[in-house]
Amino acid sequence: MHVHIDQPKCVASGQCVLMAPDVFDQDDDGIVELLTDRPGPEHHDGVREAAAVCPAAAIRLEEG
Amino acid sequence: MTETLPDTPAQLPEHPMPRAAGCPFDPPPALRELQSSSPISRVRIWDGTTPWLITRYDHVRTLLGDPRVSADTTRSGYPHRNAAMLAREQDQRTFLTMDDPEHARLRRMVTGPFAIRKMEQLRPDVQQIVDDLIDEMLAGPNPTDLVTAFALPVPSLVICRLLGVPYSDHDLFQRNTQVIVRRTSTPEEVAGATRTLTDYLDDLLTVKRKKPEDDLLSKLATERVETGEMTQREAARMGVLLLSAGHETTANMIALGTVALLEHPEQLALLRESEDPAVAARAVEELLRYLTITHSGRRRVATADIEIGGQVIRAGDGIILATDIANRDPEHFPDPDRLDITRDARRHVAFGYGVHQCLGQPLARVELQVVYSTLYRRIPTLALATDADELQFKHDGLVYGVYELPVTW
Ligand code: HEM
Ligand code: SF4
Repeated sequence: MHVHIDQPKCVASGQCVLMAPDVFDQDDDGIVELLTDRPGPEHHDGVREAAAVCPAAAIRLEEG
Repeated sequence: MTETLPDTPAQLPEHPMPRAAGCPFDPPPALRELQSSSPISRVRIWDGTTPWLITRYDHVRTLLGDPRVSADTTRSGYPHRNAAMLAREQDQRTFLTMDDPEHARLRRMVTGPFAIRKMEQLRPDVQQIVDDLIDEMLAGPNPTDLVTAFALPVPSLVICRLLGVPYSDHDLFQRNTQVIVRRTSTPEEVAGATRTLTDYLDDLLTVKRKKPEDDLLSKLATERVETGEMTQREAARMGVLLLSAGHETTANMIALGTVALLEHPEQLALLRESEDPAVAARAVEELLRYLTITHSGRRRVATADIEIGGQVIRAGDGIILATDIANRDPEHFPDPDRLDITRDARRHVAFGYGVHQCLGQPLARVELQVVYSTLYRRIPTLALATDADELQFKHDGLVYGVYELPVTW
Protein backbone atom coordinates (compact mmCIF):
# COMPACT_ATOMS: atom_id res chain seq x y z
CA MET A 1 0.00 0.00 0.00
CA HIS A 2 1.23 3.46 -0.96
CA VAL A 3 -0.27 6.50 0.87
CA HIS A 4 -0.45 9.99 -0.67
CA ILE A 5 -1.56 13.11 1.14
CA ASP A 6 -2.62 16.47 -0.25
CA GLN A 7 -1.67 19.04 2.41
CA PRO A 8 -3.25 22.08 0.74
CA LYS A 9 -6.61 20.28 0.93
CA CYS A 10 -6.28 19.18 4.57
CA VAL A 11 -8.64 20.94 7.02
CA ALA A 12 -6.88 19.64 10.15
CA SER A 13 -9.80 17.58 11.44
CA GLY A 14 -7.33 15.14 12.99
CA GLN A 15 -9.44 12.14 12.05
CA CYS A 16 -6.61 10.32 10.24
CA VAL A 17 -4.44 10.55 13.37
CA LEU A 18 -7.21 8.92 15.39
CA MET A 19 -7.63 6.11 12.84
CA ALA A 20 -3.95 5.35 12.18
CA PRO A 21 -1.65 7.13 14.66
CA ASP A 22 1.43 5.24 13.43
CA VAL A 23 0.95 6.49 9.87
CA PHE A 24 -0.45 10.03 10.17
CA ASP A 25 0.62 12.98 12.29
CA GLN A 26 -0.13 16.72 12.32
CA ASP A 27 2.32 19.63 12.06
CA ASP A 28 2.21 22.77 14.26
CA ASP A 29 -0.75 24.08 12.26
CA GLY A 30 -2.64 20.82 12.60
CA ILE A 31 -2.01 19.89 8.95
CA VAL A 32 -1.52 16.21 8.08
CA GLU A 33 1.99 14.74 7.84
CA LEU A 34 3.00 11.22 6.91
CA LEU A 35 5.12 9.17 9.31
CA THR A 36 5.47 6.56 6.57
CA ASP A 37 4.05 6.37 3.06
CA ARG A 38 4.38 2.56 2.94
CA PRO A 39 2.67 1.33 6.11
CA GLY A 40 2.89 -2.32 7.12
CA PRO A 41 -0.13 -4.60 6.65
CA GLU A 42 -1.13 -4.26 10.32
CA HIS A 43 -1.97 -0.58 9.61
CA HIS A 44 -3.90 -1.07 6.37
CA ASP A 45 -7.38 -1.18 7.92
CA GLY A 46 -6.73 2.00 9.89
CA VAL A 47 -5.35 3.77 6.82
CA ARG A 48 -8.36 2.76 4.71
CA GLU A 49 -10.66 4.02 7.45
CA ALA A 50 -8.71 7.30 7.57
CA ALA A 51 -9.09 7.76 3.81
CA ALA A 52 -12.82 7.01 4.12
CA VAL A 53 -13.50 9.52 6.91
CA CYS A 54 -11.18 12.33 5.78
CA PRO A 55 -13.64 15.21 5.27
CA ALA A 56 -11.39 16.90 2.71
CA ALA A 57 -10.55 13.89 0.51
CA ALA A 58 -6.90 14.67 1.22
CA ILE A 59 -5.77 11.03 1.54
CA ARG A 60 -5.30 8.86 -1.54
CA LEU A 61 -4.31 5.20 -1.46
CA GLU A 62 -2.61 3.01 -4.03
CA GLU A 63 -3.29 -0.54 -3.01
CA GLY A 64 -0.80 -3.27 -3.75
CA MET B 1 -34.92 8.65 -13.29
CA THR B 2 -37.05 11.42 -14.71
CA GLU B 3 -36.93 14.84 -13.19
CA THR B 4 -40.02 15.43 -11.13
CA LEU B 5 -41.27 18.98 -11.37
CA PRO B 6 -41.69 20.59 -8.00
CA ASP B 7 -45.28 21.06 -6.92
CA THR B 8 -46.43 24.56 -6.16
CA PRO B 9 -44.67 25.78 -3.00
CA ALA B 10 -47.86 25.58 -0.93
CA GLN B 11 -48.10 21.81 -1.48
CA LEU B 12 -44.52 21.02 -0.56
CA PRO B 13 -43.74 19.57 2.86
CA GLU B 14 -42.83 22.16 5.44
CA HIS B 15 -39.38 22.12 7.01
CA PRO B 16 -38.45 21.67 9.85
CA MET B 17 -40.70 18.68 10.46
CA PRO B 18 -42.01 17.56 13.86
CA ARG B 19 -40.61 14.56 15.72
CA ALA B 20 -43.04 11.80 16.67
CA ALA B 21 -44.59 12.12 20.13
CA GLY B 22 -42.82 9.85 22.58
CA CYS B 23 -39.72 9.41 20.36
CA PRO B 24 -37.46 12.25 21.51
CA PHE B 25 -34.28 10.62 20.14
CA ASP B 26 -35.52 9.83 16.65
CA PRO B 27 -35.53 12.24 13.71
CA PRO B 28 -38.96 13.25 12.37
CA PRO B 29 -40.76 10.31 10.69
CA ALA B 30 -41.32 12.46 7.58
CA LEU B 31 -37.55 12.55 7.05
CA ARG B 32 -37.36 8.77 7.11
CA GLU B 33 -40.13 8.61 4.50
CA LEU B 34 -38.35 11.10 2.24
CA GLN B 35 -35.10 9.20 2.61
CA SER B 36 -36.65 6.07 1.15
CA SER B 37 -39.09 7.62 -1.36
CA SER B 38 -37.56 10.89 -2.61
CA PRO B 39 -34.17 11.49 -1.06
CA ILE B 40 -33.58 14.70 -3.04
CA SER B 41 -36.74 16.77 -2.93
CA ARG B 42 -37.92 20.29 -2.33
CA VAL B 43 -39.40 21.57 0.92
CA ARG B 44 -40.87 24.89 1.98
CA ILE B 45 -39.19 26.88 4.77
CA TRP B 46 -40.26 29.80 6.99
CA ASP B 47 -39.68 32.52 4.39
CA GLY B 48 -41.65 30.74 1.65
CA THR B 49 -38.58 29.64 -0.32
CA THR B 50 -38.21 26.03 -1.47
CA PRO B 51 -34.69 24.65 -0.96
CA TRP B 52 -33.72 21.03 -1.64
CA LEU B 53 -33.72 18.62 1.28
CA ILE B 54 -31.04 15.91 1.11
CA THR B 55 -31.65 12.87 3.31
CA ARG B 56 -29.31 10.05 2.17
CA TYR B 57 -25.87 9.65 3.68
CA ASP B 58 -24.04 9.32 0.34
CA HIS B 59 -25.71 12.40 -1.15
CA VAL B 60 -25.06 14.43 2.00
CA ARG B 61 -21.35 13.62 1.95
CA THR B 62 -21.02 14.18 -1.80
CA LEU B 63 -22.64 17.61 -1.65
CA LEU B 64 -20.84 18.78 1.51
CA GLY B 65 -17.57 17.81 -0.18
CA ASP B 66 -18.38 19.60 -3.45
CA PRO B 67 -16.65 23.00 -3.92
CA ARG B 68 -19.63 24.18 -6.00
CA VAL B 69 -21.74 23.99 -2.85
CA SER B 70 -21.33 27.23 -0.90
CA ALA B 71 -21.70 27.99 2.82
CA ASP B 72 -21.82 31.73 2.09
CA THR B 73 -24.91 33.09 3.83
CA THR B 74 -24.78 36.35 1.84
CA ARG B 75 -25.47 34.59 -1.48
CA SER B 76 -29.01 34.81 -2.70
CA GLY B 77 -30.82 31.49 -2.38
CA TYR B 78 -29.11 30.54 0.90
CA PRO B 79 -31.75 28.82 3.06
CA HIS B 80 -31.58 30.77 6.32
CA ARG B 81 -32.80 29.07 9.48
CA ASN B 82 -34.92 32.03 10.59
CA ALA B 83 -35.10 35.82 10.43
CA ALA B 84 -32.76 36.20 13.41
CA MET B 85 -30.01 34.10 11.84
CA LEU B 86 -30.44 36.04 8.61
CA ALA B 87 -29.91 39.32 10.47
CA ARG B 88 -26.92 38.00 12.41
CA GLU B 89 -25.14 36.40 9.51
CA GLN B 90 -25.17 39.56 7.42
CA ASP B 91 -22.92 41.60 9.70
CA GLN B 92 -21.17 39.03 11.89
CA ARG B 93 -19.49 36.77 9.38
CA THR B 94 -16.87 34.27 10.43
CA PHE B 95 -15.16 31.52 8.45
CA LEU B 96 -18.11 29.27 9.35
CA THR B 97 -20.04 30.98 6.54
CA MET B 98 -17.23 31.72 4.07
CA ASP B 99 -15.95 29.68 1.16
CA ASP B 100 -12.38 28.80 0.27
CA PRO B 101 -9.87 30.31 -0.20
CA GLU B 102 -10.99 32.89 2.42
CA HIS B 103 -12.36 30.19 4.72
CA ALA B 104 -9.15 28.13 4.56
CA ARG B 105 -6.95 31.17 5.22
CA LEU B 106 -8.84 32.06 8.41
CA ARG B 107 -9.48 28.51 9.63
CA ARG B 108 -5.79 27.65 9.37
CA MET B 109 -4.96 30.45 11.78
CA VAL B 110 -6.59 28.44 14.58
CA THR B 111 -6.24 24.77 13.61
CA GLY B 112 -2.89 24.23 15.38
CA PRO B 113 -4.22 24.36 18.97
CA PHE B 114 -6.89 21.74 18.12
CA ALA B 115 -4.46 19.09 16.87
CA ILE B 116 -4.89 15.64 18.42
CA ARG B 117 -1.58 15.80 20.28
CA LYS B 118 -2.51 19.16 21.84
CA MET B 119 -5.88 17.76 22.92
CA GLU B 120 -4.23 14.77 24.57
CA GLN B 121 -2.10 17.21 26.60
CA LEU B 122 -5.33 18.87 27.71
CA ARG B 123 -6.99 15.59 28.76
CA PRO B 124 -5.72 15.60 32.40
CA ASP B 125 -7.05 19.17 32.82
CA VAL B 126 -10.43 18.10 31.43
CA GLN B 127 -10.46 15.12 33.81
CA GLN B 128 -9.71 17.46 36.73
CA ILE B 129 -12.49 19.86 35.72
CA VAL B 130 -14.98 17.00 35.44
CA ASP B 131 -13.93 15.46 38.78
CA ASP B 132 -14.17 18.81 40.57
CA LEU B 133 -17.63 19.49 39.17
CA ILE B 134 -18.82 16.06 40.27
CA ASP B 135 -17.42 16.68 43.77
CA GLU B 136 -19.31 19.95 43.93
CA MET B 137 -22.50 18.38 42.66
CA LEU B 138 -22.32 15.56 45.21
CA ALA B 139 -21.80 18.10 47.99
CA GLY B 140 -24.77 20.21 46.80
CA PRO B 141 -28.55 19.74 46.77
CA ASN B 142 -30.07 16.45 45.62
CA PRO B 143 -31.98 16.40 43.26
CA THR B 144 -30.31 18.97 41.04
CA ASP B 145 -30.39 20.16 37.43
CA LEU B 146 -27.57 18.39 35.58
CA VAL B 147 -27.56 21.03 32.82
CA THR B 148 -26.59 23.93 35.10
CA ALA B 149 -24.57 21.90 37.61
CA PHE B 150 -22.50 19.95 35.09
CA ALA B 151 -23.33 19.87 31.38
CA LEU B 152 -22.83 23.59 30.73
CA PRO B 153 -19.87 24.26 33.07
CA VAL B 154 -17.74 21.45 31.54
CA PRO B 155 -17.39 22.96 28.03
CA SER B 156 -17.36 26.51 29.48
CA LEU B 157 -14.46 25.83 31.79
CA VAL B 158 -12.53 23.92 29.14
CA ILE B 159 -12.92 26.45 26.33
CA CYS B 160 -12.15 29.32 28.74
CA ARG B 161 -8.88 27.63 29.65
CA LEU B 162 -7.97 27.00 26.01
CA LEU B 163 -8.81 30.53 24.85
CA GLY B 164 -7.58 32.34 27.97
CA VAL B 165 -10.96 33.81 28.93
CA PRO B 166 -11.50 34.43 32.67
CA TYR B 167 -14.16 31.94 33.79
CA SER B 168 -15.51 34.57 36.19
CA ASP B 169 -17.11 36.15 33.11
CA HIS B 170 -18.96 32.96 32.15
CA ASP B 171 -22.35 34.44 33.06
CA LEU B 172 -21.96 37.01 30.32
CA PHE B 173 -21.12 34.57 27.57
CA GLN B 174 -23.49 31.79 28.65
CA ARG B 175 -26.41 34.19 28.72
CA ASN B 176 -25.53 35.64 25.34
CA THR B 177 -24.78 32.37 23.54
CA GLN B 178 -28.13 31.08 24.74
CA VAL B 179 -29.89 34.01 23.11
CA ILE B 180 -28.05 33.28 19.86
CA VAL B 181 -28.97 29.60 19.67
CA ARG B 182 -32.62 29.96 20.75
CA ARG B 183 -34.75 29.58 17.63
CA THR B 184 -37.34 32.05 19.00
CA SER B 185 -34.97 34.99 19.64
CA THR B 186 -35.81 38.13 17.68
CA PRO B 187 -33.29 39.46 15.13
CA GLU B 188 -32.61 42.42 17.46
CA GLU B 189 -31.92 40.14 20.41
CA VAL B 190 -29.52 38.00 18.41
CA ALA B 191 -27.70 40.98 16.94
CA GLY B 192 -27.43 42.55 20.41
CA ALA B 193 -26.07 39.39 22.03
CA THR B 194 -23.54 38.93 19.25
CA ARG B 195 -22.38 42.53 19.57
CA THR B 196 -22.00 42.21 23.36
CA LEU B 197 -19.85 39.11 22.94
CA THR B 198 -17.72 40.64 20.19
CA ASP B 199 -17.10 43.78 22.27
CA TYR B 200 -16.12 41.61 25.21
CA LEU B 201 -13.60 39.61 23.16
CA ASP B 202 -12.30 42.80 21.57
CA ASP B 203 -11.48 44.24 25.02
CA LEU B 204 -9.87 40.99 26.06
CA LEU B 205 -7.66 41.01 22.95
CA THR B 206 -6.42 44.47 23.91
CA VAL B 207 -5.34 43.03 27.26
CA LYS B 208 -3.68 40.00 25.58
CA ARG B 209 -1.73 42.21 23.19
CA LYS B 210 -0.20 44.01 26.15
CA LYS B 211 0.23 40.97 28.37
CA PRO B 212 0.26 37.78 26.29
CA GLU B 213 -0.09 34.43 28.06
CA ASP B 214 0.00 30.80 26.94
CA ASP B 215 -3.44 30.65 25.38
CA LEU B 216 -5.19 30.80 22.01
CA LEU B 217 -6.36 34.42 22.23
CA SER B 218 -2.82 35.58 23.06
CA LYS B 219 -1.59 33.64 20.03
CA LEU B 220 -4.14 35.37 17.82
CA ALA B 221 -3.31 38.75 19.34
CA THR B 222 0.47 38.48 18.96
CA GLU B 223 0.80 36.38 15.80
CA ARG B 224 -2.11 37.71 13.72
CA VAL B 225 -3.30 41.08 15.01
CA GLU B 226 0.10 42.59 15.91
CA THR B 227 1.44 41.47 12.52
CA GLY B 228 -1.44 43.14 10.68
CA GLU B 229 -2.66 39.83 9.22
CA MET B 230 -6.11 40.47 10.63
CA THR B 231 -7.85 43.33 12.39
CA GLN B 232 -8.59 43.10 16.10
CA ARG B 233 -12.31 43.11 15.29
CA GLU B 234 -11.87 40.10 12.97
CA ALA B 235 -9.96 38.29 15.71
CA ALA B 236 -12.72 39.17 18.18
CA ARG B 237 -15.34 37.68 15.86
CA MET B 238 -13.27 34.52 15.54
CA GLY B 239 -13.03 34.41 19.33
CA VAL B 240 -16.82 34.60 19.59
CA LEU B 241 -17.13 31.70 17.17
CA LEU B 242 -14.69 29.57 19.17
CA LEU B 243 -16.25 30.52 22.50
CA SER B 244 -19.81 29.81 21.42
CA ALA B 245 -19.53 26.94 18.88
CA GLY B 246 -18.47 24.36 21.44
CA HIS B 247 -20.74 25.47 24.23
CA GLU B 248 -24.33 24.52 23.56
CA THR B 249 -23.20 21.62 21.37
CA THR B 250 -21.05 19.85 23.95
CA ALA B 251 -23.44 20.70 26.80
CA ASN B 252 -26.38 19.21 24.92
CA MET B 253 -24.39 16.09 24.07
CA ILE B 254 -23.66 15.63 27.78
CA ALA B 255 -27.24 16.20 28.97
CA LEU B 256 -29.12 14.50 26.11
CA GLY B 257 -26.54 11.70 26.06
CA THR B 258 -27.24 11.11 29.73
CA VAL B 259 -30.99 10.93 29.08
CA ALA B 260 -30.41 8.46 26.23
CA LEU B 261 -28.18 6.26 28.39
CA LEU B 262 -30.57 6.33 31.36
CA GLU B 263 -33.36 5.28 28.99
CA HIS B 264 -31.15 2.44 27.66
CA PRO B 265 -29.90 0.92 30.94
CA GLU B 266 -28.25 -2.08 29.25
CA GLN B 267 -26.11 0.30 27.19
CA LEU B 268 -25.29 2.38 30.25
CA ALA B 269 -24.21 -0.79 32.07
CA LEU B 270 -21.82 -1.71 29.24
CA LEU B 271 -20.24 1.71 29.46
CA ARG B 272 -20.07 1.80 33.26
CA GLU B 273 -18.64 -1.65 33.67
CA SER B 274 -15.71 -1.24 31.31
CA GLU B 275 -12.38 0.34 32.20
CA ASP B 276 -11.26 0.26 28.58
CA PRO B 277 -10.98 3.79 27.13
CA ALA B 278 -11.81 2.34 23.70
CA VAL B 279 -15.30 1.46 24.98
CA ALA B 280 -16.00 5.06 25.98
CA ALA B 281 -14.51 6.31 22.69
CA ARG B 282 -16.88 4.07 20.71
CA ALA B 283 -19.82 5.16 22.85
CA VAL B 284 -19.02 8.80 22.07
CA GLU B 285 -19.13 8.19 18.30
CA GLU B 286 -22.36 6.19 18.57
CA LEU B 287 -24.06 8.85 20.71
CA LEU B 288 -22.93 11.56 18.28
CA ARG B 289 -24.49 9.52 15.45
CA TYR B 290 -27.63 8.52 17.29
CA LEU B 291 -28.44 11.97 18.69
CA THR B 292 -27.09 14.22 15.86
CA ILE B 293 -27.99 17.28 17.90
CA THR B 294 -27.44 19.80 15.08
CA HIS B 295 -30.95 18.92 13.94
CA SER B 296 -31.68 21.89 11.70
CA GLY B 297 -29.24 20.50 9.14
CA ARG B 298 -26.22 21.91 7.35
CA ARG B 299 -27.31 24.79 5.10
CA ARG B 300 -25.77 25.55 1.72
CA VAL B 301 -26.45 27.14 -1.70
CA ALA B 302 -25.41 25.80 -5.14
CA THR B 303 -23.10 28.03 -7.20
CA ALA B 304 -23.41 25.90 -10.36
CA ASP B 305 -25.81 23.32 -11.78
CA ILE B 306 -25.14 20.04 -9.98
CA GLU B 307 -26.43 16.65 -11.10
CA ILE B 308 -27.00 14.22 -8.29
CA GLY B 309 -29.19 11.16 -7.78
CA GLY B 310 -31.09 11.76 -11.03
CA GLN B 311 -31.95 15.36 -10.11
CA VAL B 312 -30.45 18.67 -11.13
CA ILE B 313 -29.82 21.24 -8.43
CA ARG B 314 -29.62 24.58 -10.23
CA ALA B 315 -27.14 27.35 -9.48
CA GLY B 316 -28.72 29.56 -6.83
CA ASP B 317 -30.87 26.80 -5.31
CA GLY B 318 -30.74 26.43 -1.53
CA ILE B 319 -29.78 23.06 -0.05
CA ILE B 320 -30.51 21.63 3.42
CA LEU B 321 -28.42 18.57 4.28
CA ALA B 322 -30.27 16.57 6.92
CA THR B 323 -27.37 15.00 8.79
CA ASP B 324 -29.67 13.59 11.48
CA ILE B 325 -31.47 11.24 9.09
CA ALA B 326 -28.27 10.65 7.07
CA ASN B 327 -26.81 9.22 10.28
CA ARG B 328 -29.77 6.81 10.37
CA ASP B 329 -29.29 5.67 6.75
CA PRO B 330 -29.75 1.88 6.86
CA GLU B 331 -27.32 1.45 3.95
CA HIS B 332 -24.50 2.62 6.19
CA PHE B 333 -25.68 1.89 9.71
CA PRO B 334 -27.47 -1.45 10.06
CA ASP B 335 -30.51 -1.28 12.34
CA PRO B 336 -29.95 2.49 12.45
CA ASP B 337 -32.55 3.40 15.07
CA ARG B 338 -30.93 1.20 17.68
CA LEU B 339 -28.52 2.81 20.14
CA ASP B 340 -25.63 0.35 20.21
CA ILE B 341 -22.48 1.70 21.85
CA THR B 342 -20.48 -1.28 20.63
CA ARG B 343 -20.94 -0.52 16.93
CA ASP B 344 -18.32 1.27 14.84
CA ALA B 345 -20.05 4.58 14.12
CA ARG B 346 -16.96 6.59 13.21
CA ARG B 347 -18.17 7.40 9.70
CA HIS B 348 -21.07 9.48 11.05
CA VAL B 349 -21.60 13.03 9.83
CA ALA B 350 -22.57 14.55 13.20
CA PHE B 351 -19.61 16.95 12.88
CA GLY B 352 -20.55 17.71 9.28
CA TYR B 353 -18.36 16.83 6.31
CA GLY B 354 -16.17 18.70 3.84
CA VAL B 355 -14.01 21.73 4.54
CA HIS B 356 -16.32 23.04 7.29
CA GLN B 357 -16.24 19.82 9.30
CA CYS B 358 -16.12 20.75 12.97
CA LEU B 359 -12.86 22.42 13.94
CA GLY B 360 -13.43 21.60 17.61
CA GLN B 361 -14.13 17.88 17.14
CA PRO B 362 -10.88 16.70 18.77
CA LEU B 363 -11.75 18.81 21.82
CA ALA B 364 -15.38 17.67 21.87
CA ARG B 365 -14.22 14.04 21.70
CA VAL B 366 -11.87 14.42 24.67
CA GLU B 367 -14.57 16.19 26.71
CA LEU B 368 -17.25 13.60 25.95
CA GLN B 369 -14.90 10.64 26.46
CA VAL B 370 -13.90 11.97 29.88
CA VAL B 371 -17.51 12.76 30.85
CA TYR B 372 -19.05 9.47 29.70
CA SER B 373 -16.31 7.39 31.33
CA THR B 374 -16.44 9.31 34.63
CA LEU B 375 -19.92 10.60 35.47
CA TYR B 376 -21.83 7.28 35.60
CA ARG B 377 -18.97 5.47 37.29
CA ARG B 378 -18.62 8.07 40.02
CA ILE B 379 -22.39 8.35 40.50
CA PRO B 380 -23.62 4.80 39.80
CA THR B 381 -27.08 5.55 41.19
CA LEU B 382 -27.65 8.55 38.92
CA ALA B 383 -31.32 8.63 37.85
CA LEU B 384 -33.93 11.01 36.47
CA ALA B 385 -35.66 12.96 39.22
CA THR B 386 -38.74 13.34 37.03
CA ASP B 387 -40.77 11.27 34.57
CA ALA B 388 -39.02 10.96 31.22
CA ASP B 389 -42.11 12.32 29.47
CA GLU B 390 -41.99 15.46 31.64
CA LEU B 391 -38.66 16.51 30.13
CA GLN B 392 -38.73 19.57 27.88
CA PHE B 393 -36.81 18.95 24.68
CA LYS B 394 -35.30 21.76 22.61
CA HIS B 395 -37.52 21.29 19.57
CA ASP B 396 -37.07 24.98 18.79
CA GLY B 397 -33.31 25.07 19.35
CA LEU B 398 -30.62 25.50 16.75
CA VAL B 399 -29.06 22.60 18.63
CA TYR B 400 -31.25 19.81 20.07
CA GLY B 401 -31.18 18.82 23.73
CA VAL B 402 -33.06 19.24 27.00
CA TYR B 403 -33.66 22.57 28.72
CA GLU B 404 -33.30 21.08 32.17
CA LEU B 405 -32.34 17.67 33.43
CA PRO B 406 -33.45 17.04 37.04
CA VAL B 407 -31.38 14.16 38.40
CA THR B 408 -31.04 12.42 41.71
CA TRP B 409 -28.66 9.79 43.14
C1 HEM C 1 -20.28 17.62 20.41
C2 HEM C 1 -20.01 18.83 20.18
C3 HEM C 1 -20.02 19.48 18.81
C4 HEM C 1 -20.82 19.24 17.72
C5 HEM C 1 -21.95 18.23 17.58
C6 HEM C 1 -20.38 20.16 16.67
C7 HEM C 1 -20.92 20.21 15.41
C8 HEM C 1 -20.43 20.97 14.36
C9 HEM C 1 -20.88 20.90 13.00
C10 HEM C 1 -22.00 20.01 12.48
C11 HEM C 1 -20.15 21.80 12.26
C12 HEM C 1 -20.25 22.03 10.75
C13 HEM C 1 -20.90 23.32 10.37
C14 HEM C 1 -21.23 23.36 8.88
O1 HEM C 1 -20.84 22.47 8.12
O2 HEM C 1 -21.93 24.29 8.47
C15 HEM C 1 -19.24 22.44 13.18
C16 HEM C 1 -18.35 23.43 12.84
C17 HEM C 1 -17.55 24.09 13.74
N1 HEM C 1 -17.38 23.77 15.08
FE1 HEM C 1 -18.28 22.29 16.09
N2 HEM C 1 -19.36 20.92 17.15
C18 HEM C 1 -19.10 20.54 18.45
C19 HEM C 1 -18.13 21.04 19.29
C20 HEM C 1 -17.29 22.07 18.98
C21 HEM C 1 -16.29 22.59 19.88
C22 HEM C 1 -15.95 22.06 21.26
C23 HEM C 1 -15.71 23.63 19.24
C24 HEM C 1 -14.60 24.44 19.86
C25 HEM C 1 -14.09 25.52 19.48
C26 HEM C 1 -16.34 23.76 17.91
C27 HEM C 1 -16.03 24.69 16.93
C28 HEM C 1 -16.49 24.68 15.63
C29 HEM C 1 -16.07 25.63 14.60
C30 HEM C 1 -15.11 26.78 14.78
C31 HEM C 1 -16.75 25.26 13.42
C32 HEM C 1 -16.66 25.95 12.03
C33 HEM C 1 -15.70 25.20 11.15
C34 HEM C 1 -15.61 25.76 9.73
O3 HEM C 1 -16.55 26.41 9.26
O4 HEM C 1 -14.57 25.54 9.08
N3 HEM C 1 -17.28 22.78 17.80
N4 HEM C 1 -19.41 21.91 14.45
S1 SF4 D 1 -8.45 13.40 8.09
FE1 SF4 D 1 -8.03 14.61 6.23
S2 SF4 D 1 -8.55 16.70 6.79
FE2 SF4 D 1 -8.40 15.56 8.70
S3 SF4 D 1 -6.26 15.90 9.37
FE3 SF4 D 1 -6.29 14.00 8.19
S4 SF4 D 1 -5.83 14.63 6.09
FE4 SF4 D 1 -6.37 16.48 7.20
